[in-house]
Amino acid sequence: MSNSSSAPLTTADGVPLRVSLRRAIRRSKLKALLLVSPLLLFLGIAFVMPIVDMLWRSVDNPEVSSTLPRTVSALDGWEGEALPGEPVFAALAEDLREGQQARNLGLLASRLNYEKSGMRSTITRTARRLRTLEPPYREALIEINDTWGELDTWRLIQRESSPYTLSYYLAAVDRQFSPQGEIVPVPEYLQIHATLFWRTFWMSAVITLATLLLGYPVAFLLANLPLRHSNLLMILVLLPFWTSLLVRTTTWIAILQSQGVLNDVMVALGVIADEARWQMIHNKTGTIIAMTHILLPFMILPLYSVMKTIPPSYMHAARSLGGRPFLCFRRVYFPLTIPGIAAGGILVFILSIGYYITPALVGGQSGRFITNYIAYHMQTSLNWGLAAAIASILLFVVVVFYWIFNRLIGVDKVKLG
Amino acid sequence: MALPSYATTGERIWHYVFLASCGLIFLFLIGPLLVIIPLSFNAEPYFTFTEAMLTFDPAGYSLRWYEDFFTSKAWLNAIKNSFIVGIASTLLATVLGTIAALGLSSRYMPARGAIMALLISPMIVPLIISAAAMFFFFSKINLAQTYLGVILAHTVLGIPFVVITVTATLSSFDTTLIRAAHSLGANPTRTFFKVVLPLVTPGVVSGALFAFITSFDEVVVVLFIAGPEQRTMPIQMWSGIREQISPTILAVATLLVLLSMLLLATLELLRRRGERLRGLSPG
Repeated sequence: MSNSSSAPLTTADGVPLRVSLRRAIRRSKLKALLLVSPLLLFLGIAFVMPIVDMLWRSVDNPEVSSTLPRTVSALDGWEGEALPGEPVFAALAEDLREGQQARNLGLLASRLNYEKSGMRSTITRTARRLRTLEPPYREALIEINDTWGELDTWRLIQRESSPYTLSYYLAAVDRQFSPQGEIVPVPEYLQIHATLFWRTFWMSAVITLATLLLGYPVAFLLANLPLRHSNLLMILVLLPFWTSLLVRTTTWIAILQSQGVLNDVMVALGVIADEARWQMIHNKTGTIIAMTHILLPFMILPLYSVMKTIPPSYMHAARSLGGRPFLCFRRVYFPLTIPGIAAGGILVFILSIGYYITPALVGGQSGRFITNYIAYHMQTSLNWGLAAAIASILLFVVVVFYWIFNRLIGVDKVKLG
Repeated sequence: MALPSYATTGERIWHYVFLASCGLIFLFLIGPLLVIIPLSFNAEPYFTFTEAMLTFDPAGYSLRWYEDFFTSKAWLNAIKNSFIVGIASTLLATVLGTIAALGLSSRYMPARGAIMALLISPMIVPLIISAAAMFFFFSKINLAQTYLGVILAHTVLGIPFVVITVTATLSSFDTTLIRAAHSLGANPTRTFFKVVLPLVTPGVVSGALFAFITSFDEVVVVLFIAGPEQRTMPIQMWSGIREQISPTILAVATLLVLLSMLLLATLELLRRRGERLRGLSPG
């Protein structure tokens, strides 16, 4: 009657096999996660949190709302049609007095100056005369500085009173809020970031293409030589790969500069006149040559690992079926190498748009990348919000390409050397 | 790659053109590194070959830039810093990365793809972005301009290399060897030390080497988060190139090329050892 196949299988201690198995798998999963968790925790604190903090900083806008709280609340409901009344000016005077004591007017002044030039001096000048300031504040403040009599100033304070702002992102693409609150392009002489983004992308595309053109034949040769020879030649690819980036950039300075090796050789050979030495460095040419050299191994290695898996018999078969060499290559070999081209291409492009050192050293004025402006805003102009916004845009582009790379190839397929 | 005997003249010409262009590309790859080696022995403070050098006049060559390097306090201090930061961050990255790789290579690892993508991302995110982000964050928690800050930052950058190499080693690890050791009577501890560890060590060591060289070469992050006390070798080179170009830089560059040759040779030996141990190639 009872048949053994319908009774659940059990382990020796009587637990149903299915339950016991599930328990074992859960234990293994937990064990694996436990092993990874220290690293995840570490990266979370030392890498992910900084990135999140940077993203936060690109929209964070505390200056106006925290330094001018009374002014902001007095401006609440102001339509922006006529100059605000005495209460608002009185609130401003009080806020500025408090700000002066807390010594945070400097931050406010720089923040407002990003949006409306001249605001820095308006605020410092006003702060200097705060002690002698007496009501009625409206007349007194306008007398100190006309800027307080402009509608735009008040519209600006009202607009930037929100704790978050998009103005850093707008500045990062050469846009700004007009006094009326519309998004308009910045004056032409201030437009720089969009040009640099565009230049970074097209120069990276040129570099990617150059590495492909140079890398494809080399990878083909390496993949088709007997292992003994290809291992030797591989050293020529791997040595530059593992040599310091600064060393490789330095060598290009030594070679390309106007008193450098290449120009000297050309003059000695009589190809060019001594006065007409080539300008190959501190411009776009320098950046492209040096970066093509530096990134070439990143193209050769993925191409090589794909070409290595293509059996030579495919080409033999194509030839024996009567195809001309070029046709066989185009119709049989080339399509098989497309995964390698995609992997190398995306890798080189991602690395290239994020390069900072090489463009900074050999790029001069015209060969600079957007990354150099991130550094500029971090170290020189000290507009950290703008630096964070530019970096966030660049990060977004990189993450999109990384995602494509991951979908197409898979990060776990990445090999080193 | 040899030409078949039935190749036509056109194919022959094409073949030699192909080989010649490959030769030129190899020259492009390796030439610049070879050019700086003789230049670093220049007796004159120039970045190019002098007449005396071209005629192989011994007076055209000197070791003055090497002397400059080895007697300069700033450079020696920079080397010391580079080694402190490099070794500390390598140890940290290797320990964390190897333990994580053990988990990642488990068959039951949940969400492996996503976690792997996250662990490798420090290699993909542009250095200037990591540098900016770490600068903002580390300034807040008082880690900027400290050794600990630089070490933690370099650990982050080294982790992807350790994770990639060790997971690759573990994925080719033959688990039947463990069962074989058990069946021959070895207890788990003995199995780990006698069987697992020797097979995995080459992978771990090459991962550690990658992490070390990453830290040793890194400029951008140090540029932002290190103070004057933590100046490393790349920073010293960077400011040398930007401010006053002297052939001392070339001497350092030559030494670094030698270092990478050494590294490459070590990695190759490790790879061969790993293959031999796993029985993939004859000793």
